[in-house]
Amino acid sequence: MKIIKNLFDSLRPSFEEGGKFERYYTAFEAMETFAFVPDHVTHNGTHIKDAIDLKRTMFLVVIATIPALLFGMWNTGHQHFLALGQFADLGDGMMEKFIFGAIKVLPIVVVSYAVGLGVEFGMAVYKRHSVEEGFLVSGMLIPLIMPVEVPLWMVAVATIFAVVIGKEVFGGTGMNILNPALTARAFLFFAYPTKMSGNSVWVNTTEGTPVDGYTGETLLAQSINSSSSYIDQAGTAYSSVNDTIYAAFMGWIPGSIGETSTFAILIGAAILLITGIGSWRIMLSFLLGGLAMSLLFNLWDVNEFMRVDPILQICMGGFMFGMVFMATDPVSAAQTNMGKWIYGFLAGFLGIMIRVFNPAYPEGVMMGILFMNVMAPLIDHYVIEANIKRRTKRAALAA
Amino acid sequence: MSKNVKIRKGANIKLVGEAVEKTVDSQMPSSFSIKPTDFHGTVPKMLLKEGAEVKAGTPIFQDKSNERIKYVSPVSGEIAEIVRGAKRRILEVRILADKEQKPSEGTPFDTSGMERAQVCDILLAGGLWPFIKRRPYDVVADPTEAPKSIFVSGFDSAPLGANIAYLLEGREADFQKGIDALAKMTAGKVHVNVSSGDSSFISKTKNAQVNSISGPHPAGNVGIQIHHIDTINKGDVVWTVDAQAVAMIGRYISTGKADFSRKIALVGSEVNDPVYVNTWTGASISSIVSGKTTDGDNRIIGGNVLTGEQLLQDGYLGYYSNMVTVIPEGKESQFVGWIQPNFHKFSLSHSYFSWLMPGKKYRLNTNLNGEGRAFVMSGQYEDVLPMDVYPVHLLKAIMTNDIEKMEGLGIYEVAPEDLALCEYACTSKTEVQSWIRKGLDIAMEELG
Repeated sequence: MKIIKNLFDSLRPSFEEGGKFERYYTAFEAMETFAFVPDHVTHNGTHIKDAIDLKRTMFLVVIATIPALLFGMWNTGHQHFLALGQFADLGDGMMEKFIFGAIKVLPIVVVSYAVGLGVEFGMAVYKRHSVEEGFLVSGMLIPLIMPVEVPLWMVAVATIFAVVIGKEVFGGTGMNILNPALTARAFLFFAYPTKMSGNSVWVNTTEGTPVDGYTGETLLAQSINSSSSYIDQAGTAYSSVNDTIYAAFMGWIPGSIGETSTFAILIGAAILLITGIGSWRIMLSFLLGGLAMSLLFNLWDVNEFMRVDPILQICMGGFMFGMVFMATDPVSAAQTNMGKWIYGFLAGFLGIMIRVFNPAYPEGVMMGILFMNVMAPLIDHYVIEANIKRRTKRAALAA
Repeated sequence: MSKNVKIRKGANIKLVGEAVEKTVDSQMPSSFSIKPTDFHGTVPKMLLKEGAEVKAGTPIFQDKSNERIKYVSPVSGEIAEIVRGAKRRILEVRILADKEQKPSEGTPFDTSGMERAQVCDILLAGGLWPFIKRRPYDVVADPTEAPKSIFVSGFDSAPLGANIAYLLEGREADFQKGIDALAKMTAGKVHVNVSSGDSSFISKTKNAQVNSISGPHPAGNVGIQIHHIDTINKGDVVWTVDAQAVAMIGRYISTGKADFSRKIALVGSEVNDPVYVNTWTGASISSIVSGKTTDGDNRIIGGNVLTGEQLLQDGYLGYYSNMVTVIPEGKESQFVGWIQPNFHKFSLSHSYFSWLMPGKKYRLNTNLNGEGRAFVMSGQYEDVLPMDVYPVHLLKAIMTNDIEKMEGLGIYEVAPEDLALCEYACTSKTEVQSWIRKGLDIAMEELG
């Protein structure tokens, strides 16, 4: 520790004003404050400060994503071997599956972080503001919502787009309107639809011949044709809807890297809720919104997709991941407590609606959340206006 | 009709170093200071020059915009120095106290048959007027304004806050006299607010409405109490007086003599024996703390850790202070501190383990625990502000100088101290109190 401290101390003069690398001070500062919580003390206002800071907040979110990441690695391998007809049982070849998945997933994570942080540091130096921590989370979320077969250069392009257009043009962390990670996904989705949807992107089958009956279809894609019978990547039919729900809940189904396991995501949700970093209002109302829409569709009952069991509906696709990690982004969500209820409910409601009404977008949750990101300031505006009206009315009554 | 108010939002920060109920006398300070900066918005106009002889109660300067309000010397002595800052702004008037204090003279007042104006004149002449503050804006009251009510908080919920009933022990009659005098000044009521379950003499105050307040800090803040009992609307004026100041007003009325001695609580983790201390308004801080704190780099705060003023070793007790807090400075960096478990740190969020140890008392230092950032988290301020006010949006209105919105969002109802916990809790380390003060200044100028 002392060595690291001395290293920073010896480097500091060349980064400070008048130093050789004065221009890069913000980059230096970011590295230093990452290693050491600085010795800054309060000057005016409260003399003591809460122990929490943005680094800890963001890092706790990263920790919350780790169960989904680890499960995603294993599942990438599991789906691969399942499609090739190897290690068909869940317990078989744990290590092989995990290592195969890690080899596929880690490069995406590395590219996302390297490119994103590179852009962040570059922007910070260029705009002379300090490097803010928002990307610590975005950098993890981007890989988790990519199909495993996405080319690495696309991850890089999408990350640059998300950081620059999604965030920096608005002024950086805290100023963005859209969730940066979802911006990355939406960008790829519309720019390269064949690499982001369809039946060939979810499972790696390049190193072998898939078994007979392999389709590569996700449960969502299958729901268009049937709400009662589903098959897995080995072409084996699930014995019942409950069996399908169980598989979808546990997550051994094809899908984007980190979103398949409701169970792993709920561990993350627990971390976010206990630490108070994720808003329970948004999560709960999002869940209620999704269930409400699914139930309404059940009653409406015009096509197969509408008949899907509400529990299966929320366990499939990115619904849970969107609920726990995307909708709760405090910057792009509504900021008033009342607004959070409305925002969360509508995001879940619209997510399922888009999913079912427009099977051309096999996952509507992304669109639902992005749409509500745009609407969140409007919701807050009306909540705030109501407060102003209440005050004006009270004054008029008193006068 | 007394009211019971339940405060649900807020937080108590438990610190080491609460004062035990024991009082010691401080040594007679050799120097005193009156700081115009204690009276926000007051532009001082000096009445005396350096070297002038003063007695306790002799006016030293007056408010330029309201010359009836005079600020007096707390002791007899000689004006030693007028300390000026940038643009020759007067920061302090230092007084060298006489070793033998000249006895102040005066005869008791009988306010029972007096009109409002006469009572005002007594307090103005005695130099006690600045104890009366007004909301909106949290500045010294204007004697020509008629407040709709007057609020006195009978308890201090801030971290290590003094026990007001103990602070005023032996001065019960003075307190009542003060309340009687204040009652003359409003057509409405004087509200005395006590913590629920309080059975001290404060809860038996006559000539006032005694309300009981329960809940965590900032329940003891008079601004929160006003919000729940007699909310300020546009155009309303409410006066607030600190409980000890009420007793000092009462003492002046019953003796007629200038006496600015007061009791304070000396608290904080770096005080060896936290006790109550008899001292004077404006006393040099060294007379209070020297020899009583631990060695090491400490911060002396006039007031509590959330709203107090940082005092240097050669500083002076503020005009309104009921307590002095001494805590360690936090000029140390911590290796990857943002991820360490840090059992010794306290957080209102659950991101540290402090929430699992609700009874633990902490020795907190002045480290910022992070760096300033843009607003990212939401809902943190709302959780600790028991008011129907949207704090972040109010702050944003202030930051963007949107006066109409500031008014709509309740700038009249807030004072910096009411949002101190928001500032404490803020992940982004936003300086909430100084922004609120800026907003109040803008509003005062533009809206009057």
